[in-house]
Amino acid sequence: MLYAILCYNDEAMVTSWTRAEDDAVMAKLSVVHDRLQAQGKLGPALRLLPTTAATTLYKSKDMVIDGPYAETKEALLGFYILDCESLDEAVQACRDLAEANPGGAYEIRPVSLFVPGSDMSARDVAGSFAR
Amino acid sequence: MMDEAWTHAALSSARPQAIAALLRYFRDLDLAEEAFQDACLRALKNWPRNGPPRDPTAWLIMVGRNAAIDVTRRRSRQQPLPPEEQISDLEDAESGIVERLDGSDYRDDVLRLLFVCCHPDLPATQQVALALRIVSGLSVRQIARAFLVGESAMEQRITRAKARIAAAGIPFETPGPVERTERLAAVAAMIYLVFNEGYSAGPEEDARSRFCDEAIRLGRLLLRLFRTEPEIMGLTALMLLQHARAEARFDAGGQVILLDDQDRRRWNRQMIAEGLALTDKALRHHRPGPYQVQAAIAAVHARARRPQDTDWRQIDLLYAHLEQLQPSPVVTLNRAVATSKVRGPEAALAMIEPLAGRLGGYFHFFGLRGGLLLQLGRHDEARVAFDQAIALARTPAEAAHIRLHLDRMTTEAAGRPSAVGRC
Repeated sequence: MLYAILCYNDEAMVTSWTRAEDDAVMAKLSVVHDRLQAQGKLGPALRLLPTTAATTLYKSKDMVIDGPYAETKEALLGFYILDCESLDEAVQACRDLAEANPGGAYEIRPVSLFVPGSDMSARDVAGSFAR
Repeated sequence: MMDEAWTHAALSSARPQAIAALLRYFRDLDLAEEAFQDACLRALKNWPRNGPPRDPTAWLIMVGRNAAIDVTRRRSRQQPLPPEEQISDLEDAESGIVERLDGSDYRDDVLRLLFVCCHPDLPATQQVALALRIVSGLSVRQIARAFLVGESAMEQRITRAKARIAAAGIPFETPGPVERTERLAAVAAMIYLVFNEGYSAGPEEDARSRFCDEAIRLGRLLLRLFRTEPEIMGLTALMLLQHARAEARFDAGGQVILLDDQDRRRWNRQMIAEGLALTDKALRHHRPGPYQVQAAIAAVHARARRPQDTDWRQIDLLYAHLEQLQPSPVVTLNRAVATSKVRGPEAALAMIEPLAGRLGGYFHFFGLRGGLLLQLGRHDEARVAFDQAIALARTPAEAAHIRLHLDRMTTEAAGRPSAVGRC
């Protein structure tokens, strides 16, 4: 089974770490990453920019609002990684997706660090290898 | 999983909101600071024992408020303190205050706290010192060291600034939309002042260069509270994009390295990513302002992997736009750098000549003038301009940088006859 692990923390605190503090945390994490990677268990890992860099498209009203998706009624059901030239292009892509699947919202959050991890393309979600 | 470092980080990240809320409650800056200090001491004792609270900020406000009320009560009636247990268990009280903090009060609280630091009667350095002391929580010693003054002198300055604020009266009514916009603009300017104090520090002035991080933190804080303000996005982006170059700006000897000569691999990619994202976000509002345009200029530099990839035409256009938004001889001077790359040194020189009167005491004016004259082969005039720049340099690094040009001219001049001889 593939699992997505979603990371939560106090944003004001994490964004005010000094370079040295940040590096220290990343170094500790990379020990775990390396182990998982060696076992072929690590897929893409990302670090997101702060919520101040987020923009949200509310699908039903086709409204683009600055900031993260703050409602607690809806649940996180999935996510995409898109490679776009600009926020405009990302918003347009979301509008296309919204047309195909209305309801709810898309939060658009730039990625600050992308670790591709192992190639997971030869694997189905149940975890057995495709033959 | 809670260590002392975590507690300290939590206390410092809660500080602006907590002090802002306590200021609304007590309407007195000193009392608010004291109350927060008290709450921090209790947190250091209480959190390791009972585990961290669900919402550290709300806990600190609640405990700080109770502690300060106790102090006032004790002062007036000499009553004994209530037992510690009474304020240790705050789970129930917490949710109530969180609800109250969730509304627009909270935004306006933080804005008010920042706004009192930028009282127009206070000189710029006092505004900066006050914000760093009250909002960021730097110690008087740290601030004094950064400004190269004695601790007691800085203590006095801060006390005087606070007295002036108290005398002027802190505005406690909820601001209307126009007032809010005015306060935001004043606060943005003050945050950028804090940043520039840090940015202008030399490489060995650690105490002062830390201000850049503090200013960025304040920018992000403001942006979390005012998410749709393009100028606050622009300000935060501008600071991130400039600070991203910090590690490439000085050589091992402490000399300034110009943008063109910086090792761009040492630029902080994370900060650049955040700065670019915020610039992009701001532009969608189509409400340009000076911070956004300056951020856009910094973004053009950040996007260029090599100096020769820089889109100078774009930078020239952006400076022309900035000249309209915020006409100033310094902006024109900066534009001239871009113009020299697009239309050559002659056009740039023509652009800055009329500024001689107003920028006659400005180091960068003579630095650029010398550089342009040098490119035009007018060596004697260039030398005069460079000498004037050195006389006006504010730091040894600035002077040393100009001396490099002069040395190069001398070497080249000495080398020229032999080069001719080789032909």
